[in-house]
Amino acid sequence: MTLPPPMAMLAELTHRCPLACPYCSNPLALTPKGEELSTDDWARVFGEAARLGVLQLHLSGGEPLSRRDLPALVAAARGAGLYANLITSAIGLTEARLDALVEAGLDHVQLSLQGLGPAMADRIGGYAGGFAKKMDAARWIAARGVPLTLNAVMHRQNLADLDATIDLAVTLGARRVEVATVQFHGWAARNRAALMPTRDQARAAAATVAAARVRLRGRLVIDYVPADHHAAYPKACMGGWGSTGLNVTPEGLVLPCHAAQSIPHLTFWSVRDRGLAEIWTDSPAFAAYRGTDWMQEPCRSCDRRTVDWGGCRCQAMAMAGDAAATDPVCSKSPHHAALVAAAEADATAGDDIPFVYRAAV
Amino acid sequence: MTALADSAVPRLLRGVRVHWDAVRGTHVLLAPERVVRLDAVGHAVLSRLDGRCFGALVADLAATYAAPAAQIGADAGRFLTTLIERRMVEVDP
Repeated sequence: MTLPPPMAMLAELTHRCPLACPYCSNPLALTPKGEELSTDDWARVFGEAARLGVLQLHLSGGEPLSRRDLPALVAAARGAGLYANLITSAIGLTEARLDALVEAGLDHVQLSLQGLGPAMADRIGGYAGGFAKKMDAARWIAARGVPLTLNAVMHRQNLADLDATIDLAVTLGARRVEVATVQFHGWAARNRAALMPTRDQARAAAATVAAARVRLRGRLVIDYVPADHHAAYPKACMGGWGSTGLNVTPEGLVLPCHAAQSIPHLTFWSVRDRGLAEIWTDSPAFAAYRGTDWMQEPCRSCDRRTVDWGGCRCQAMAMAGDAAATDPVCSKSPHHAALVAAAEADATAGDDIPFVYRAAV
Repeated sequence: MTALADSAVPRLLRGVRVHWDAVRGTHVLLAPERVVRLDAVGHAVLSRLDGRCFGALVADLAATYAAPAAQIGADAGRFLTTLIERRMVEVDP
C-alpha cells in the first residue's frame, strides 16, 4: 500500500516566547535563537511540504511573532500554495505588523487565551498586561476581516469559566473556538497537581460544549479536546502516528508529533540534511508507530485499533514505560487503574499549588 | 434543512478558498483548520460563487449539465447550507 501524504505541518518557528504558561507544549529542553532555521531554510521546507501534499501550514512556536521575518515566512508559505495559519499569543503584535502579515497573505489567526480576564490570564501566562493586548489584537483582526479562532486552553483553574469563554469568542467576532483541555506532556506534566481537572469538571465541560454547539450553530464552530485522563478510550493522537501530520522544530528536526522527543530511543532526521519527502517516507521515527504492525495486546486484536490507533505514544512512554504499549488512558490498559488514581489524586490536590512556569529561552 | 432563497447571494467567507490539490488530483476547499475534498458537483457550485444569486447559479448548473433545476437546486442548496453552518460560506440577505 502506498503511503498517503501528510495534510498538515506544524512549523515551530522558534521556542522564544514572552509568556511562560505552565502547560507549554514545547519540550523541556528549549532551542536557543542561534540554532533556529533561517528564513531561506523555512521557505525551502514550505515548498517541499507543498510538493509532498501538505495543505495546511500552522506557523507556531514559542511565539512566532518573536521572528522578525514572520511576514516573509507567510509570503513564502502562500507562494508555495499552503494555507497559512498563525498560532499566536498576540504579544508583540501591532496594527502595523498585522497589516504586514495580511499583506503577505495570512489566511487565519488562532489567538491563544489563558483565562477570562486579566487576573486569570496574566497569572497563567506569567505576563502582566497580556490579556489586554489579546483583546486589542482580536479587535484589530476582526476589523480587517481575517478569520479568527480563539484557542482557549482549559484546566481545573479556569473550567468554571468555559461557558463565558465561548461567549467571549462570539463577542470578539471569532468564527471558531478551540476548547483545548490541557494535555499532560512536558511542562504540563510538571504541573499536574495544579492543573488536572476533576472528573465532574470534565463531565460538565462536555455538556457545556454540546449545548453551545446547538445554541451557536452557524455562528461559531467549536472544536473540543477533552480531558483524556477521565475518558474510557484514548485520543487518536495525530489521527494515527505518521499518517496525516508532521512537526518541524525550530532547529529543523522533523517529528511525528510535537512531544515525540519524549520517547528517548527515537532519532529524528533534520530538514538540514534531507528532503521532507524522504523524511516522511523513510525516517525510522515515523515508521516506528505507523499503522498497526507495532501494536501489542490489547491493541493488536482490538476492534478500535484503527479508530484510536492505540492512543498517544508519548503517554504510553511516560506512564507505561513503553512507547509501544496501549495508551494508559484506555480502559483496556493494565495501567489504566493507576492512571485514574493519579488523575483523581492530582485533581483533588488543592487550590494553592504553585506553578512551575516554563523557562525563558 | 432550509432551502436557500433564489435571491440569496452566497459567497465564500474570507480565509476560505478553492485550491487544486495536485498531489491528490482533486479540488479541495481550504478553511481555518479544515480541508474539504470537493467532488465535481461541489467544485461546480463553488466556482460559481461570483456575486450571482442562488437562482441564477442553479439555472446555470441546470443548463450546463442538462439536469432538472429542481434536483440541482436541492443538491446545491443542501451543500451550501452545510458550508454555511460550518462558517465557510455566508449569504447576503
